[in-house]
Amino acid sequence: MTLLNAPTPTLAGAFGNAVALSCRECGTRFELGAAYACEECFGPLEVVYDVPRLTREHIESGPQSIWRYRDLLPVPADVAAHPGLHPGWTKLVKADNLARELGVKSLWVKDDSGNPTHSFKDRVVGVALSAARQLGFTTVGCASTGNLANAVAAAAARAGLRSVVFVPSNLEAGKTITTAVYGGTLVAVEGNYDDVNRLCSEVAGDQPWGFVNINLRPYYAEGSKTVGYEVAEQLGWHLPEQVVAPVASGSLLTKVDKGFTELGKAGLVEATPYKVFGAQATGCSPVAQAFRAGADIVKPVRPDTIAKSLAIGNPADGPYALDVVRRTGGAIADVSDDEVVEGIRLLARTEGIFAETAGGVTVAVAKKLLAEGLLDPDAETVLLNTGDGLKTLDAVAPVVGPTATIAPSYDAFQKAGLA
Amino acid sequence: MSVSVRIPTILRTYTDGAAEVTADPGDGATLADLLETLDQSYPGLKGRVLDDSGNLRRFVNVYVGDEDVRFAEGLATPTPAGASVSVIPAVAGGC
Repeated sequence: MTLLNAPTPTLAGAFGNAVALSCRECGTRFELGAAYACEECFGPLEVVYDVPRLTREHIESGPQSIWRYRDLLPVPADVAAHPGLHPGWTKLVKADNLARELGVKSLWVKDDSGNPTHSFKDRVVGVALSAARQLGFTTVGCASTGNLANAVAAAAARAGLRSVVFVPSNLEAGKTITTAVYGGTLVAVEGNYDDVNRLCSEVAGDQPWGFVNINLRPYYAEGSKTVGYEVAEQLGWHLPEQVVAPVASGSLLTKVDKGFTELGKAGLVEATPYKVFGAQATGCSPVAQAFRAGADIVKPVRPDTIAKSLAIGNPADGPYALDVVRRTGGAIADVSDDEVVEGIRLLARTEGIFAETAGGVTVAVAKKLLAEGLLDPDAETVLLNTGDGLKTLDAVAPVVGPTATIAPSYDAFQKAGLA
Repeated sequence: MSVSVRIPTILRTYTDGAAEVTADPGDGATLADLLETLDQSYPGLKGRVLDDSGNLRRFVNVYVGDEDVRFAEGLATPTPAGASVSVIPAVAGGC
């Protein structure tokens, strides 16, 4: 029963330069292991490191994946040699057409739909599965809104581990099929994401399984830092002035900030000021509501939005996302489902990037923040697209389709006025 | 009839490793009463769930049945006989 809390014997260097887990709330330290909540105060545990001096050249000589940053992650030095999806090093697209449309001087889209299972979740799973392997787990699991389910099922298949993935039963078909195909155990739970998460928290307490976003969460969350690292390196080793990230649990936003901060502290970039902005869908906007209300506490909501990958009503890192946004001078805003669909179409039409609903949220919120004067159109700005529109076809199916349907004759083509 | 309480792994040091315990806080009891009663059998448990000012800690979720007590009446949420209560760390999940 207490198996998961017992310190698991591990090989030296199993977690690279990581030295301990530390509570974000009270600072109590714990040994590296499968633990995620502080025994003193329930606060989230974070990985702490003792990182040696790093150079840009050392990083640049690494693999074209998140493992080029292995020295800054809780993974062994030979992590890239183990079977895995080796995600990351996705494109940073100079979005001049979208910039023109939005009236922004310098705009980039970090397109994480280019990851192996088409979302940024491959990054966090890469780090979590390394931890699972080092801790001796043979079964990995997760609570997911879909993208994580894909990433865990696929990475487990590659790594030769069993996967048990829990999702809300009302998930988009595109995300159910793209999980089930990898052959692991897929459990559809009759409830929303927060119900799934609660169930998994209880299962994780009693099963000897590595749940990537529960008992392996400190490792998992570190994977998101690589989005920040890559953006800075791809910009030629400098930090952007503004970044807009979608907010579900708030973990990605806080870890991008952590990534930027670490690069500055390590002397890999100049620690120039930047503002972090958060994007939510109005139908699930507890963090945006707390931001507007000036509150430190995020009041849980019951989600109702087409942006299902962001439909977390009780966001674990919500308070920390608020801290980051306020500290850096950013903002958190929300947009309606119609605006989300328009955001997807705008990005597709201008840049040829088909984002999932979360990407639509980010683009639409950026547009709104520009209109409200909160996002500076003269500052270098990066939008994070976290997933692929092919997984959420239902969102745009009602509003896009053939321009014309015609008979297979030249006459019909002419009459349709398409020339 | 008593109330059953599911204990998260990190609090099982207080319950001799038990994943589920029972308590009888009496008729008309609330979650606050239940925690008092539990603390008598398992001294120190209450102080892990509540902060110094007696509020639910920021990173703990408590459910009475299927209801997150933050959606109900918080510590004043009734815990009638036969209810099942779950204490769960909040820092799980997400992207």
